[in-house]
Order: sequence, then C-alpha cells, then structure tokens
Amino acid sequence: MNQQTPQIPVVRMEHITKHFPGVLANDDVSLELYPGQVLALLGENGAGKSTLMNMLVGLYRPDGGSIYIRGELADIHSPQDSMALGVGMIHQEFMLVGNMTVAENIVLGMRDLPFVPKIDEIRARITELSKRYGLQVDPDAVIHDLSVGEQQRVEILKLVYRGADILILDEPTAVLTPGESRDLNKIIKKMLSEGKSAIFITHKMDEVIEFSHKVQVLRKGKTVNTCDTAGVTPQDLANMMVGRDILFSLDRCAYNPGGVKLKVDHVTVVNPIGSRPFLDDVSLEIHRGEIIGIAGVAGNGQTQLTEAITGLLHCTSGKILIDGKDMTNSTPLQVIRAGVSHIPADRGANGVVGDMSVGDNLAMKKYRTSEISRGAVIKRSFLRAFADKLIEAFVIKTPDQDTCVKFLSGGNIQKTILAREIDSCGGVLIAVYPSRGLDVGATEAVRQNLILQRDKGNAVLLVSEELDELQMVADKIAVMFEGRIMGIRDVKETNTEELGMMMAGAAGVRRNA
Amino acid sequence: MRIVVEKRDNKSKSAAVLIPLASFAISLILGAIVLLASRSNPLQAYSAMLDGAFGNARRFQYTIVESIPLLMCGLGVGVAFRLKFWNIGAEGQYVWGAIGITWVMQFWKFLPVPMLLPIGLLVGMTLGAVWAGVPGYLKAQWSVDETLTTLMLNYVAIGLAEYLYISAWKAPLGNMGTPEFPHEAWLPPVWGKIHSGLYIALAFVVLLWFLLYKTRWGFELNMIGKNPRAARYQGVSIKRNIVLAMLLSGAICGLAGSMNTAAIAHRLTKGVDGGYGFTGIIIAWMAGLNPFASILVAIVMAALTTGADALQIAMKLPESMGEVLQGLVLIPLLAGSIFVEHKLKVIKKEAA
Repeated sequence: MNQQTPQIPVVRMEHITKHFPGVLANDDVSLELYPGQVLALLGENGAGKSTLMNMLVGLYRPDGGSIYIRGELADIHSPQDSMALGVGMIHQEFMLVGNMTVAENIVLGMRDLPFVPKIDEIRARITELSKRYGLQVDPDAVIHDLSVGEQQRVEILKLVYRGADILILDEPTAVLTPGESRDLNKIIKKMLSEGKSAIFITHKMDEVIEFSHKVQVLRKGKTVNTCDTAGVTPQDLANMMVGRDILFSLDRCAYNPGGVKLKVDHVTVVNPIGSRPFLDDVSLEIHRGEIIGIAGVAGNGQTQLTEAITGLLHCTSGKILIDGKDMTNSTPLQVIRAGVSHIPADRGANGVVGDMSVGDNLAMKKYRTSEISRGAVIKRSFLRAFADKLIEAFVIKTPDQDTCVKFLSGGNIQKTILAREIDSCGGVLIAVYPSRGLDVGATEAVRQNLILQRDKGNAVLLVSEELDELQMVADKIAVMFEGRIMGIRDVKETNTEELGMMMAGAAGVRRNA
Repeated sequence: MRIVVEKRDNKSKSAAVLIPLASFAISLILGAIVLLASRSNPLQAYSAMLDGAFGNARRFQYTIVESIPLLMCGLGVGVAFRLKFWNIGAEGQYVWGAIGITWVMQFWKFLPVPMLLPIGLLVGMTLGAVWAGVPGYLKAQWSVDETLTTLMLNYVAIGLAEYLYISAWKAPLGNMGTPEFPHEAWLPPVWGKIHSGLYIALAFVVLLWFLLYKTRWGFELNMIGKNPRAARYQGVSIKRNIVLAMLLSGAICGLAGSMNTAAIAHRLTKGVDGGYGFTGIIIAWMAGLNPFASILVAIVMAALTTGADALQIAMKLPESMGEVLQGLVLIPLLAGSIFVEHKLKVIKKEAA
C-alpha cells in the first residue's frame, strides 16, 4: 500500500478509451500501479479488463488517453516495445511451443540472441532465476510433458528472464489447483519484495483479497470503484462488479434419482505415447435427475472420460451404455442422436466455430432436424427464428445473430454453447469446466442451467476443478486421479479435506479414520 | 515516423472492391515499365491486348472458350479449398478427364454414336473424381499431406497421357495424337466458336452456389474449413467429408478436361496439359471461393491469355512477354488482398 505517498507510480494509464465495432470496450479508464504493489483488476467478462491490459502491452492501441511508465510517456506499439519497458503479460492461453523445451521457449523470439545461442548460459540463468523465485521447472523438459501449473511457471520465467518488473497476469489461477495457487501467491510475494509489481486480472473475489493491495473494479468498460483491499468483503466486491446482489446458493429440487441413464463399465483407454493409460478401468453410473461431479486436478483423465463417452476417443476395453444400449465406440453423431449433449473444455477451440455467426453456431446441432432444415436444404428463415429464440432465452449478449462468435466475450461464447447443447439435450448433459474463466453472473447462469436440467430428469456429468462448484451443484462427486476413479461420495457425506486427499491420490480415505 | 500494418477492426465493404481495382492499376503501371524497357509503347500494347481479347466477335468467342475450362477448374479446386484441403492436382484430374473421354470414343464401340458424348463426359468425370479421391482418402485415413500427393499425381497423369497419345492409342497416321472423335460426338457449338460447355460450366456455378451456401452439406464443409475440431465435436465426420469434397472437386476438374477435349482438339494430343488446372487455383483464390465471382475472374484470366497472343502478332513482342504481363497482374492482386483485412497506419513519433 502507499507507504510513501510521493512515490511515482510505475504504471499510470490516463483516460484510456477503446472502441470495437459495436462496443465501447474502455470508456475513460484511468489506473495507477505503485512499485511493490499488486493491483487486482476485477470485473465481469466483457468489462474491459483484458482490453485495458492488452493496450498496456501493445496488442491494441488506445483510441484516446495516454500511458506513462515510471512517469514517462510511453508509446507502445507491440509486446516488444512493452517488454523493453519492463512490462510483460501472461495471457489466459499460454504462448508456448509445445514440442520445444522450457529453455528454448524462454529465449524464443528474443532479439538480442546470438545466431548460435549459448544454451549452457541460458540454462544456468534459468536455474538461477527459478531458485530465486521458487519457480521450479526443469529447463530441459519439453512443454508437452508439463502440467498447466508448470507451464505457467515457464511463462513467468520467460518474463523475468527478459527483465520484466511489471507483471500482468490474466486470470492466472483459473487453471490451477488450490495448492498451485498458493505457490503462485508465494512466487508473487517474493517478486514484490524485490520491488517488482503486478496487475492481476480476475473475477474471483477471494483471490482479490488474498493477493492484492488495491482493487479496481470495472463494469461495462468503466471504473466503478478503486479502493484498498484491506477492509472490503467478497460480498461488497461482487455487488460492485455486477451491480446487483448475487446468489451464493442455488435453488434445486430434492434429490430423487430415477433409473440408470448412462453407464460407464470398466472402461480403459490406453495412451499411445505415454506409459500410463488415459483411463484405467473406470466405472460410473449416472441416473436420471442426478448430477455427478468429477473432481480432480486437470490432466487426470477427466476430459478423456467425457471424450470416450461422446465417441471422440476410442475405448480400448470396457463398455459405455446409454439407456442400457451399448454405445461403445460409436461415432460422435450416433452419440449425439442418442441424446447426449456436450459442453467441451476449451470452448474457443472445441465448442464454437469462431469465424461463423452466432446464429450458425447455435444451429450446429439442430441443423440436421426439421426445426431448421427441409431435407438437405437449410431454411435460413427457420434458422434465424431458431437463433433469435435461443439468444433471448439464454440472454446472450450480441449485437445481432450475424456477428461472428469470436467477437463475443468468453461468457457469451459459453452461453451460446450452453444454449445449443441444452436445447438439443436428449437426456444426458456432459459439461467440462463449464464455468472456467467466467464471471460471477455467467457462472451463476451456467450452474442454474445445469441444475435445471437435473430437475427436468436429465442425467448430468459435471467436470470441474473447483470443489466449491461441485459441492454447490453436484449430488455425488467422483474423484479422478491418474486415470482412475479414487472413490464416489455423496456430497452431503463428504468434505473438502477428504476430496482433496483423494485428488492427491489417496484412495479410500475415510473422514476421521 | 513509421508505418505499421494493423488488422482492420471490421471488414470494409468498399475496400473489398477498391483494393482489387487499385491493385490492377498498379499492375498496369508495372507492366508499362517492362514494356517501356523493351522499347514498346505501353498504351499501344495494352490496347492491342484489349483488342486481341475482345476486339471483335471471333476474338471475344476465343476468350470465352478459353475461360470455360478455367472456370470449371476454379470451381473444382474451390470445393476442396473450402475444407482447407489444398488440392493442387486439378491439372492431373483435368488430364484424366481427357483420357476418359478418349477411351470411350476410341474403344467403347458397342455404344451407339449419340451416346458417346454423354457417356464420355461421365467417364471423364469419374476418372477425375477417382484421381482426386485417392489423395483425399490418404489424407482422411492416414493424414498424408495432400499438397505433395495431389501435386505428384499430376505428373503421373500427364506422363500417362503422353504415353497414350504418342504410343499406345496413337492414330495410324501422324506422329502424335489419338484418332479424331466421330463428328457426331463433338460438343456442339452454341455461338461461333463458343461450345455448349458454357452451359455446363454456368450450370455448375449455380449448382455449387446452392450446394455450398444453401444445404446442410455446405454448412458442414464451412464448419470443417473454419474449425475442424469443433465440427467433429458437433458430430460432423471429417474423414467422410474430405473424401466427398475431393470426389466432387476431381469430378468437376475431370469434366473440364473431357468437355474441352470433346469441344476443341477432338482427340487426346499434345497440349492436353494446358495449365488450366494450375490457373484454376489462382481463380478460386482470387474469387474468394465464390462460384459467381469465379466467372468474372476466369474471363479476366482468359483475356490475359488471348490478349497476350495478340500482343505477339500486333506488337512483334516475344511470346514470353504475355506471360510476364500475366504474372505482373497476379502479384499486385494477390499481395493487395491482405489490405482487405489489414490497413496501413502512419505513426508520427511524438517528441519525448
């Protein structure tokens, strides 16, 4: 906090304005960051946090306003320019080359690199920096083989290696386990003690309180409030962010499961390039009117489980039954026809076609049906009416249905997928990290929709990394570790400690054993 | 002060029209420089080209005749390009079309003569489809890179055609070329030199427009071309569609070859690999894969060819000058296309 008031801010953004077609992304936003400080930038999706930061690192140019770095007017045209000023950003999607090593990734693209780089010196420097900040990574490891948390450390190292002392982190904890988040917090504290400073984009209230000294709340491109973190409550922040009161618990019908809808019976999926299988003898039953949550650290077979069910991944052995009918190794289309809807992880890559319109994306399941087509021909008028109906029902914020999906905010892209999948759902809904990276409002909408599907008698499989979410939404929680199910617990009969132990690989632990 | 290239916030409609026009003007200027260097008057040369391409009915007809196979090949490769499947084997598929119709005309003696033309066109189409289907299948099944397979298969097809017209199927008289097709089996003319292949080509423009923009299949191809992963998650079979699109692509290129053979040379002979398949790639690209726009682009490309011939005769310029001018038209047009999505911005350095 402002220990010495006359200090010059390391970053000062004044009256920044940025237009995009149809939206005013930033409207006269000003910001100050002091050395040794963490500023949390809080806001819903589409509030303009990432846009503001992208201007600071030269990915976008502001339409109006000016940026000062250490008191001097800065003219930033590219990430190289900002890097030269010591400002570096870690994006939500990591910018790493998967089949190159950590060391190669760290120096990749550095301009002053000699034609033949001295790899030993680079390695020594990386090792020194990782010791100094507690960023343990093996410089010779290949990115592919690293966990998401480790990849993030590589991204941080990349910036530190290049001499960044102002770090911008865009939702850094969205992909981390609770343990990894705590490590990240330690790393950042260490850096602050050396006079570095950080801006932290987030929409998680508890993180603001845990990590930051000051918090600036954005809503619809404008600054709503800037205050010291000490003394604010999560509820205050949530209200500032959304502009209304948020429900922290959700209404639902009593748990009253029907018959078995989806059965996964001793399914094994071998990994052609790894030593341990993706799925190792996994068995699971989901009843009608039930939400089964899958907990676990990312990369322990959760996505593979959903892909095996949806026909996207070949099962080596075992069976998958829907309504008692053998659907093992069916094509994705057959599984869709059997009534399975899928909200995939990585929505931008798997869930939508970014260069197609919102309307087309909404129709990507139903275009095969008479609701949109007559025989082989798509009726545009039917498609338009269908899309308008879903846009209204799911409150998708878009200028119109002809806008390309890639121009929507993350929350509205997810709502587009949610609308399509729920509309076409025929009994089973599979949702993989559906609220990842979403703001409070959108997260609430996603969760309520999942519960609504359960209450309607559908079988819901929810994969999540957030235990809070699973405990709030699911009826039963299965924990996955290294491709196996460590145990299935009734939500009411378990607690965070037990689930956490199982996530770490301790099978069959009982509470207070 | 410096100049940077920035992505346009939204695609500009006027830029989409003005930029190709400006590019064309630039290419005329570049061409003028080359012409001046070879001591010719550029204005005279250009008017000779224009006159050669459209100067009278006969020249106009030649230009249209030249544009028909170009349009067909452009349409054909365009289908594959929608899937980002880089079919650069249109030349080989075209040659197979020519081989197919020759085979029917020369050896299918059991057919009544009026049936020779329709069956010949169908067989040519089928062989073109098969020739394209092979790389399609290899890609779908084992991810074999299609640029290499389609390119290499061109040379196999061209080599086979040479073997056939020089040796195996050679007419008893003459030293090159198969026997002439029966007169009754030629593609009938509609106006002077222009043959009824024009109708077939225009029918394919409408057919493809309908197929690609109005049907479920076109919707699926669009999804795969823009995000194959998401398409797969939506239950669209990528393997099946790659093979289907390649079959259609090859069929159209094959039909181009059999049509042109039945209309112009009336036999398989030297010059069957006239480069229509390669120019078709440029046409598809410049037309933005739009079937209707392909018509215009094909006529421009054809006019450059027929106009260049006139350049030779009227201006006594070497034959290669025509090719130089064609190349000079293409480069600014293709290079200019980036400005449809990007813009230049001049940044003045402020005093620090």
